This record gives sequence, structure tokens and C-alpha cells, in this order.
Amino acid sequence: MHLLSRYLPASLRSAPASALFGIFVICLYLLVVVLAPVIAPYSETEILGAAYEPWSSTYWLGTDSLGRDMLSRIIYGARNTVGVALMATVLAFLLGGFMGLLAATVGGLVDQLLSRTVDVLLAIPSLIFALLILTIVGTSATSLILVIAVLDSTKVFRLARSVAQTVVVMDYVEAARLRGEGMWYLIRREILPNVSAPLIAEFGLRFCFVFLFISTLSFLGLGAQPPSADWGSMVRDNATLIAFGDITPLLPAGAIALLTIAINFVVDWKLHAASGLHD
Amino acid sequence: MNAIITMILKRLGLGFVTLLVVSIVIFSAVELLPGDLAQEILGQSATPETVAAFRAELGLDQPAATRYFTWLGQILTGDFGHSLANGRSIADLLSIRLGNTLFLAAYAAAIAVPLSLLLGILTALYRNSLFDRAANVITLSSISLPEFFVAYILILFFSIKLQYFPSLANIYPDTPFGERLHRTLLPVLTLSLVVVAHMMRMTRAAIINVLASPYVEMAQLKGVSPWRVIVFHALPNALAPIINVIALNLAYLIVGVVVVEVVFVYPGLGQLLVDSVSKRDITVVQAVSLIFAGTFILLNLIADVLSIVTNPRLLNPR
Repeated sequence: MHLLSRYLPASLRSAPASALFGIFVICLYLLVVVLAPVIAPYSETEILGAAYEPWSSTYWLGTDSLGRDMLSRIIYGARNTVGVALMATVLAFLLGGFMGLLAATVGGLVDQLLSRTVDVLLAIPSLIFALLILTIVGTSATSLILVIAVLDSTKVFRLARSVAQTVVVMDYVEAARLRGEGMWYLIRREILPNVSAPLIAEFGLRFCFVFLFISTLSFLGLGAQPPSADWGSMVRDNATLIAFGDITPLLPAGAIALLTIAINFVVDWKLHAASGLHD
Repeated sequence: MNAIITMILKRLGLGFVTLLVVSIVIFSAVELLPGDLAQEILGQSATPETVAAFRAELGLDQPAATRYFTWLGQILTGDFGHSLANGRSIADLLSIRLGNTLFLAAYAAAIAVPLSLLLGILTALYRNSLFDRAANVITLSSISLPEFFVAYILILFFSIKLQYFPSLANIYPDTPFGERLHRTLLPVLTLSLVVVAHMMRMTRAAIINVLASPYVEMAQLKGVSPWRVIVFHALPNALAPIINVIALNLAYLIVGVVVVEVVFVYPGLGQLLVDSVSKRDITVVQAVSLIFAGTFILLNLIADVLSIVTNPRLLNPR
């Protein structure tokens, strides 16, 4: 914490406006996720009024296709949408990161087997693959998280493996090997600390991708199941309003867009700073 | 030249193997289905006799390997089997829709590729100017937007408020070409926006990368105009990564059509896929997935080959 407070302001001073904006938006979203029940005026699932009521002082953003409060659903939607995406990304990193480090450390047949499997998985476009699997296992929040985590772990695997490969040949890893340390020790104590920086940088980008991917799937009607609110399906359910020039259905889509833009701004700034490019 | 031909043949072989493995993966998806496909389709109330008869009809009573080769053989002769949901021949369902999807993707590519090359060159030429920074922020944002968001915003402005274009891109086989172009412009703009951003950023990065080379400095010192330096000196050497990213984005276009087709109710493969997934019509899903995956692999293959052909140095890595 001490390190954080000393480090943050200095680096923030040099941050471009877009990155500051990004950090502000991300913090705002986190607040909404944590405080959803406190901020939201109504419940997420309760049917309160008629369908498609216009904006009013009772229902600030009107009601949705079933008469539920739009604003409350957008607020709770932050929990469901961001939460699911975060879980899928973390799982993908655990799985892909571990497999990647394993492949790089052990090498040989294990590496070949894992790499070729990933090659095949990457040869199929992930949206198509996700649709194929969801047809089979059916759509639920759990299957959605698992499917996306597995699909996305292939990309993490590639990065983790290639970064770890440069570390594995270092003398200190060789020394630990000769000391007789086990594989688990090698991965955890010698390799992981030295590959974590690029993996953390990648986390932001992968989260954006997963977040958009999940929103797309739920927009297609294959995401989290009703009645829980999530932004993708809210757009789909209320899309008819757009034909009447009402922008309400665009708000959840805008919420998705704003968060991904914010994260991309921060990641762009971080990557730019890390690459040492000041052209 | 021989080395290049060997390389192309190798890549083709590799692509073929990949496609074969992918077809096995797609086929075995059904095997992973918990429970029995026939039971699943007929429902819990079906009698064991009906289920057995249906299993025989689907060929489920034969071993998986036999069924795989029958399936593959039929697909190679253009027979994709029948839809589980309505019994129609899948080949019939696909024929018009595949054409429609390819039309949409080609239309988008025809707009997106020249535009992104031009913008990429311009931003590289005027790098760090206000124009470049604005382009950076705009493209970064447009990459971050969900496609359906872009699509609905375009609908809201261009078809509801201004009424320039229809909000539904419903075309029929007898729709005249000009009419088609008009009706599908909004979906095409949606698709283009995302890929233009990607391709433009890559073009800019690739050109700037080359601009650091001594021969570019030489050309600049000779007094060659900046435009000429970029187009005749830098661009040819930046072509490999650019072609690669164009092909990747075209592959993305083929897949990206799914969402756009759903929003604009465009009668293409993507819409068929989403419909079939929600109906759990596995045979149609398999056929469409195979077509999408095949196109994807083919375009990636073309990307590989083209980038090596334009830069023979890549033949010998390191």
C-alpha cells in the first residue's frame, strides 16, 4: 500500500488525458459493481409498471419490455456482465498461463501436444466455436464462463509459453534445476515472477476481448439466462424501441462501449510507456 | 522461385491437415453431447422404439469413425445432410445464404481495405500531428465498440432520423444490384468500422517501423518528398505485415457478419447459425461452422503465403 501511494501520483502526472479518463471510468464502474444494491432505485427483476414506459421522475430511464426499471437493470447489469467477464478472464489466465508455463518448462512431448492442440483450437474462429459448444451444452452462466475461459486460454497459452521460453534458458533456472528443485518450484519461484509483467499487461486487453465477446453472445440470446440483467441481452430485448427513435436500448450498449474504451486507453498508455517509444 | 513453390505446397498441405482436424473437432462435438442426440430431439416422452428408429435414421447406431467418414464424404460431394429442426436439406439452406454472406463481406472489404491503407499512410506521413492523434483515439474507440452498438447507432441516425437507408437489409435473389448496394450499406459500414481501425493501425505501425531504416533516411537526405519516401521506399517493405493483417481482417469479416446479420435481419449464414444454435439444430450448426472455419483457415493460409511471397526473406527465418 505504501508503494502504491508513493508510485501512483507520480506516474499519473505524466499520464495523457485519455488514460486519466480511462482510470476514472474504470473506478466508476467498480464502484457501481460493488454498490449496486445501494444505488439502484428498484430491484433487478421486479415488474413495476407497464412495458416500455417513457423516461419519468419515477422511472428515470423508463421501463423495459416487461415493465422492469431500466436504470436499476443497467446498474445490476454491471455486476452480471462485468462479473462474468472478469471470472472468465481470470480462469482463462489461470488455465492458459499454467499450461503455457508448463509447456515451456517441461518442453518435449508435453510442449508439442499442448501447442498443437492450441493451434487447432485457434484455427476455428472463437465465436463459431463458442456457438458450436453452446449448442451442445446449452446456455447458462456457468457453461458460458467455462467455454469462454477455455477458448481464451489458448491466446494466454501462446503468450505465456513464448515469454516463459526466454526465461527457461536463463542461468538461474538452470541453477535451480541442477539444485534438484521440482518442476512446480521452478514454475512458481523462478519463472512466474519473471513472466508476470507481460501477462498482467495482456490481462487488460484480454478482459476487453472477453467482455465484448460475452456481450455479443448475450446479445445473440446465448448469454446469461433471464431474469438476471445483463447489458447484451438488454439491448436485444428492447431493440424495437430504436425504431421509434428512442435511445434507451443504446444505453446498456453504451455502457459496454465506455468500459472497453476506458480499458483500452489505459492499456494503450501502459504499452506505450513500457515500449519506451516516445515518437 | 522453387523455394517459394515448395513453401506454398507445404503451407497448403498444412492447411489441409488443419481443416481435416477441425472437421474432426466439429464432428465430435456431437459425441460430447451429454445423453443421446435422438432422445434429446424427440424429447423425454418418446418411446424406446421411436428413439431406436430415429437413431438408425440418423445413423447413430454405427460407430463414430464410420459416421465421420460418411459425413465427410457426403460433404465433399455437396450433401450436408438434413436439418434436425425442419428436415430441409442443409445444402438448400446454405446455397443462397452463403452467397449473401460473401457478398456482404466482399462489399465491406471493397470499402475497408483501400480506406484503411490510405488512412494508414496518411497517419504515418503526418505522425504526431493533431490528425494522427485524433485518428488514434477514434480508431482505439471504434475497436472497443460492440458491433451491435455501432449497428444500432447507424440505424438510429441514418434510417430512423434521416431515413436515408432501410433499417432492415432484407434482400432477395431477384433484388437488383444497385438496390442491394443501397440496402446493405449500413451493415457494411458497421463491419468496415471495426476492421478499418485494425488495418489502419497496423499499416501505420508497419510503415513507421520501416521509416527507422537507414535507406529511408538516405532517401530523405537525398531530398525525396515525404509522400514519395512512404509510398515508394517504405510501403513495399512494410507490405508483408500489412497484407497479413488485411487477410486476418477479411477472415474476421467472414465471422463478424454473424452479429451484423442478426441486427439487420440479413438473410446470410450468420443468422442461420444463430437461429440454429438457439433451436439446437446441431447438423446445421456443424455444417455452417465447417464453412466458417474453412473460410477462416483459407484466408489465414493466403495471408501466410502472400506475406512470404512479398518478402522472400521470411523464407529463411532468423
